[in-house]
Amino acid sequence: MKKIFLWLILGLGMAGVVRAQTPPESSCLICHRQLDAELLAPVTAWENDIHAHNGLGCESCHGGNPSPAVAEDPEAAMSRAAGYRGKPGRKSIPELCAACHSDPAVIKKYNPALPTDQLASYRTSRHGELLFQKGDEKVAVCSDCHGTHGILAASDSRSSVYPLNVPGTCGRCHADAGYMAGYGIGVQQVADYDSSVHGIALLRHRDLAAPACNDCHGNHGAIPPEVKSIAHVCGRCHMNNAELFEKSPLAGPFQEMGLKQCETCHGNHSIVKPTDAMLDPNGEFSCAQCHEPESAGWKNGAEMFAIITEMKSKIHLADSLVGGAERAGMEVSEAKFIISSADDELIKARTQVHTFQSDLLRQTSQAGVDLASQAVGLGRAALQELQFRRQGLAVSMVIIFAVAVALYLKVRRKDREWQEGGARG
Amino acid sequence: MSTTVAKSSFWRERFPIDAVAHFFAKKTVPMHRHTIWYYLGGMTLFFFLIQVGTGVLLLLYYRPTAEAAFESVQFIMTKVRFGWLIRSLHSWSANLMVAAAMIHMFSVFFMKSYRKPREITWVSGVLLFFLALAFGFTGYLLPWNTLAYFATKVGTEIASVVPIVGHDLLLFLRGGEEVTGATLTRLFGFHVAVLPMLTTALLGLHLLLVQVQGMSVPPQAEAQAAQRKPMPFFPYFLMRDLVGWLVALGVLAALAALFPWELGEKADPFASAPPGIKPEWYFLFMFQTLKYIPAKILFMDGEVLGILAFGLVGVFWLLVPFLDRRPEAGGRTRWFTVFGWVAIAFIAVMSLIAYVVPQTF
Repeated sequence: MKKIFLWLILGLGMAGVVRAQTPPESSCLICHRQLDAELLAPVTAWENDIHAHNGLGCESCHGGNPSPAVAEDPEAAMSRAAGYRGKPGRKSIPELCAACHSDPAVIKKYNPALPTDQLASYRTSRHGELLFQKGDEKVAVCSDCHGTHGILAASDSRSSVYPLNVPGTCGRCHADAGYMAGYGIGVQQVADYDSSVHGIALLRHRDLAAPACNDCHGNHGAIPPEVKSIAHVCGRCHMNNAELFEKSPLAGPFQEMGLKQCETCHGNHSIVKPTDAMLDPNGEFSCAQCHEPESAGWKNGAEMFAIITEMKSKIHLADSLVGGAERAGMEVSEAKFIISSADDELIKARTQVHTFQSDLLRQTSQAGVDLASQAVGLGRAALQELQFRRQGLAVSMVIIFAVAVALYLKVRRKDREWQEGGARG
Repeated sequence: MSTTVAKSSFWRERFPIDAVAHFFAKKTVPMHRHTIWYYLGGMTLFFFLIQVGTGVLLLLYYRPTAEAAFESVQFIMTKVRFGWLIRSLHSWSANLMVAAAMIHMFSVFFMKSYRKPREITWVSGVLLFFLALAFGFTGYLLPWNTLAYFATKVGTEIASVVPIVGHDLLLFLRGGEEVTGATLTRLFGFHVAVLPMLTTALLGLHLLLVQVQGMSVPPQAEAQAAQRKPMPFFPYFLMRDLVGWLVALGVLAALAALFPWELGEKADPFASAPPGIKPEWYFLFMFQTLKYIPAKILFMDGEVLGILAFGLVGVFWLLVPFLDRRPEAGGRTRWFTVFGWVAIAFIAVMSLIAYVVPQTF
């Protein structure tokens, strides 16, 4: 008897563990499992839902009586008296989700790190504004991005809001010309993003540090960054460039003219990897977009290009000299270390371009030029030393060979003497 | 020179200089078609002397600690005048010395020069060869670069499979459980103090025995040697030796100048071993053989068996003169020659495979 009691306790305990991982059985599930496609689908999807795994049932959102006892009685299960509300209207979804998600007391029981300000943010978003102020139900509500019955944690790589999936999720509406008609915004953004430096890093190289749509636009508070705030958006990651630009002589005029800071030169969704060619007066020359040829601004840009080019070509020269010496077997680790320091200075100089002051750039880039010159000197010295070694080897070889030959001739003469001596002896 | 010495009564009174001069004057080298092999011992000695000279010069700048070893070798290679040449000569000459010693040893083996009464000469020679390998192993770690670090790790690990004392042997070689600065300092001590001391003693004995017993004439050349009169060592044979040494010096200088010994990256004990890591060529055949031995042979660990087998072959090699008792009479002794050729073929094939076949680990 005691044994049976123990097994019963153990069994119940196990059931509790299992319950934490599979959806709790309810009248809704029992009945819907017997239904056809459309009414069966929510049950199937629910198997994976994070809410189900946390012990929530259908009634949490839909109301009604979940007791398995009423499974055979749809009227009792879906009774309005038991709070059954059926499919929630789109407009009510944000508040429905917020009933739990805006309540820190509820959320901290499941995931204390999860923020509870999503509804407040959503109200400030373009989506929220249109929904609540204009009653536009076409805009995204929680379930459009997160899903309905198969909601997964954002950290789950299968989730529609996992960083790698975000561009596709946003693109479901924003790349659909028909859906976006009447909103006055293009549908090119996602395609542009896909080919941008950020898109390539995230989608092709699967670098989760690269930004997806929500990193610049916000997620629940999604809104296009304003002219004034765009530098703050880019500056969250590119802080040095943003700070230098903020202090540069370009910051003021850009604001007066309503030019977006970073975006004016780098673009927004289709940002390509910046190259030195952006400063090349004979190439892309971004400065020429605003500055007339031979104007002060044009010359300043051209001068910055000259500084960067000089540094690059010095480093390149050092690289080829030192590399050549290394391939010939010279020990050049010191020169290689200096070249890598010069490389660091080149990266710094490329950031310093955002001061847009060529005289300042020349000062700060001097350290890199000096390092590169030092490496060039070491490379030349190594090659000279190599030359010296080879000449030394040639001279030594001649001497060794001459002595060896002389000795050999002597050996032959001595041999003859010895043979003759032997004959006499 | 000898006449000056002879005239100087100062030296004559204090040193048996006449006896030495007389000995050299009388020293001869037998002449036959295998006389060429007599040059190899002297050649090995020549490379050994270069090792001593360059080694002492390297000692002036080398610092045997994990923190400073790599940097001090780098300093020698870049800042010390002709430091690169000295280090490169030391490394190349080490390899040429092992090669010359190996050829010398096998030529002595095939010519049966270990016959009575030269047993001790053979034993001291084989021990000198093992010492040369020990020099190679202990010197390899000294620049404290990645390759050396991992090669030493693998090499000392092999010692640990020796039954019973294996782990203690590993601790003795490494100066702890891991290859650390303690290992470096320890191997440096072996390389510049212990091994040179043993080598000097053994080399003295080896050379003395060769002088006392004279050069052995191989059984197959005895008739020829009897027909041709022996060549006086001084100056005839010594001059021939010198021509050989000059050629060796030329080869060594060209190798050292055209292919300076690389320094590589400083050892990082936390990095993973570089792919395709291999020991020096003279250890390669053993390394490759151990790879082919199955993990388990009956109830024994395959690697342990392999290493024990190499140990036994080493002991057998050392005792050859005592096992091959009738070398001139044919019969049993033929098997020793066959063994020699099999050993050479084995070493050559295994080394070749290690170089040609891509390494999987």
